[in-house]
Amino acid sequence: MISPAKGLTHLMNILVCLKQILDPELPSRDFRIDAAGRDADRNTAGLVMNIFCANALETALQFREKHGGKITVITFGVPSAEEILRKALALRVDSAVLIRSDLSQRPNPWCIARVLAAAIRKLGDFDLVLTGRESGDWGDGQTGALLAEELGRPCVSLADELKADTVNTALVRIRRQTDQGWEALEASTPLVITVTNNEHNVPRIAKTRDVMQAFRQPLTTWSLAELGVDAQSISEDLACTEVVELAIPIKQTHCEWVTGETLDDRISLLAKRIATVVQSA
Amino acid sequence: MWLAPAAQVENKVIAFRLLPTFYKGSSLTSVVVSCIFGWTGIDRAALGVLGAGQRLSRDLAYKHVGLIVGPASDALIAEATKFSDSIAVADHPLLDSYHSETTLTALTEVCKQLNPKAVLLGNDTYCQELVPRLAHRLGGSAAGDALKLSGRNETVLVTRSVYGGKAQATIKLSRAPAILWVRARAQEPAQQQALTTDLTRLTLTLEPNTKIKLVDRQTEMQGTARLEDARVIVSGGRGLGGSEPFTQLRALAEIMGGQMAASRAACDAGWVPAEWQVGQTGKKVSPQLYLAIAISGASQHIMGIADAKTIAAINLDPDAPIFQHCQFGLVEDYRQVVGPLREKLIELLA
Ligand SMILES: Cc1cc2nc3c(=O)[nH]c(=O)nc-3n(C[C@H](O)[C@H](O)[C@H](O)COP(=O)(O)OP(=O)(O)OC[C@H]3O[C@@H](n4cnc5c(N)ncnc54)[C@H](O)[C@@H]3O)c2cc1C
Ligand SMILES: Nc1ncnc2c1ncn2[C@@H]1O[C@H](COP(=O)(O)O)[C@@H](O)[C@H]1O
Repeated sequence: MISPAKGLTHLMNILVCLKQILDPELPSRDFRIDAAGRDADRNTAGLVMNIFCANALETALQFREKHGGKITVITFGVPSAEEILRKALALRVDSAVLIRSDLSQRPNPWCIARVLAAAIRKLGDFDLVLTGRESGDWGDGQTGALLAEELGRPCVSLADELKADTVNTALVRIRRQTDQGWEALEASTPLVITVTNNEHNVPRIAKTRDVMQAFRQPLTTWSLAELGVDAQSISEDLACTEVVELAIPIKQTHCEWVTGETLDDRISLLAKRIATVVQSA
Repeated sequence: MWLAPAAQVENKVIAFRLLPTFYKGSSLTSVVVSCIFGWTGIDRAALGVLGAGQRLSRDLAYKHVGLIVGPASDALIAEATKFSDSIAVADHPLLDSYHSETTLTALTEVCKQLNPKAVLLGNDTYCQELVPRLAHRLGGSAAGDALKLSGRNETVLVTRSVYGGKAQATIKLSRAPAILWVRARAQEPAQQQALTTDLTRLTLTLEPNTKIKLVDRQTEMQGTARLEDARVIVSGGRGLGGSEPFTQLRALAEIMGGQMAASRAACDAGWVPAEWQVGQTGKKVSPQLYLAIAISGASQHIMGIADAKTIAAINLDPDAPIFQHCQFGLVEDYRQVVGPLREKLIELLA
């Protein structure tokens, strides 16, 4: 908990939702599909915190530095997901919650949003709930928006800057990206925000001392049963989307190398090739 | 719901029938709705959405409704009548421009009246944020970035890239309505069909949303054309090492009448605006020529240029994955190439 900046009386209570995914930096040639043919083979690369979750966490940390407040992180996942919570603890978030998934299949955003909403109701009131814009694995980009609906709160998507209002403590100022540029918004809390990357929310790196300490910090762990989520609703959520096929696309482009004796020759040839394409455009 | 006044449509007065049965939510005729927004009009993206809607409705043997949300001029309505079996208009003073919560409320109300089995939207950021929330409010299911759509046995199947473009998944949306945003410009544009005479104006009860207030809206477009519609694109990556080299790339782009783009790494570094980003979480472009300079070609970047006609690259590293997607490429330090290349192109394109 960090005390409020001068003039602010209300401390924002912030929740950041984190997801662990297969490292998206894995080169295409090493990517494999698992035996069941419905998901990636998880043994081909390490597991990491989804980059946009890291951007959301960084946004929350900067907000707390400036305006005070409290940050809780949460993930719904298999036991290995504890790693990303420890990472967040090493960045000095205030508390961390792991909801253990005992489902036999990969949860879709509908199921995840339902579970996160149940956890939020149990944890108490948050002024701000932050998620990443989308996951680097299935790239659904739905969980934040669905969570807003589950909670009955407004939602701002693609935020890349978050500030408190200096006068009205229930307001936040958000800059968000659009296709054509950006929008500046004034939004009342409670609110769900999905965060995208920009030059200002590049994730920081934890101090070694904090990394060590993070392993000793307490972690709240809940099962789905402890959360009291309705099993029937969960199975309905899971059934609403079904992967019927997963395939690795084959591509057969042949790159013609631009060659020549001298650099000047090569540039001349490149220019000719480019000019031909441009003139036919 | 009330009937539209007899509007002038292409100088022809169209007589409107009384509420057609399918608007009453009866299951007699199921509908697929393609959503067009008054503030965008019918551009290439909207034609892609309408095209996907035409094909999906044919697949499922449903009726195709073109829905105009927001300001609907007579000209826009006239244009839209060419591409669907019927037109519905949802206009309201509060829909003069986009507001997330208000537009969502309006769409929800409209869909409850039209009772569609599927609703298709485009892939701009506004559409993307509406889709999951609309699906939730209608008790349906959702998917985004649909490359291909098909309908079978009353259900919608969606093909989309996953794992940053390393795989493609086909997903069945079992819970109706299926709400989708499609990669609009990658869809075959809609075909003209017999002019629609069914036009329904839907009434909406909307209240101003005070929770989210728009304070400022800025466009940072490079010119009048969208990057998505550019014929030639010169794109720079992390290998450029800073913002200054982008001015050289711009000079190169200008002589080809092209626009500028960048990899996420270059945008993240703050060298160029985020609007320039091409890829999974950036723009999906389809130029005749995409010239990638000092970009490695990560799968997430390639996702944005899959529809480019010709891809060419300049990169120091012959093993850079970008070359696997190129028609031609030069292995060289860009610093040796960009200046002289521009000189030569000036001559060739003169
Ligand atoms: C969920 C997710 C979404 C993403 N979305 C996107 C997206 O939308 N768009 C996107 O671009 N990326 C995206 N990425 C990031 C992507 O994975 C790559 O990290 C990024 O594209 C790398 O950018 P780059 O090619 O500019 O940099 P690098 O991979 O660092 O490549 C730099 C290249 O420059 C070359 N080079 C260096 N010096 C020179 C020189 N002097 N002359 C010529 N060549 C030189 C090098 O050989 C190298 O190939 C996403 C990642 C994730 C996880
Ligand atoms: N299992 C999960 N646990 C916690 N947060 C999640 C989970 N899955 C998704 N999210 C959040 O939702 C965002 C978007 O995810 P998605 O809808 O899967 O693209 C992520 O960046 C996370 O912030």
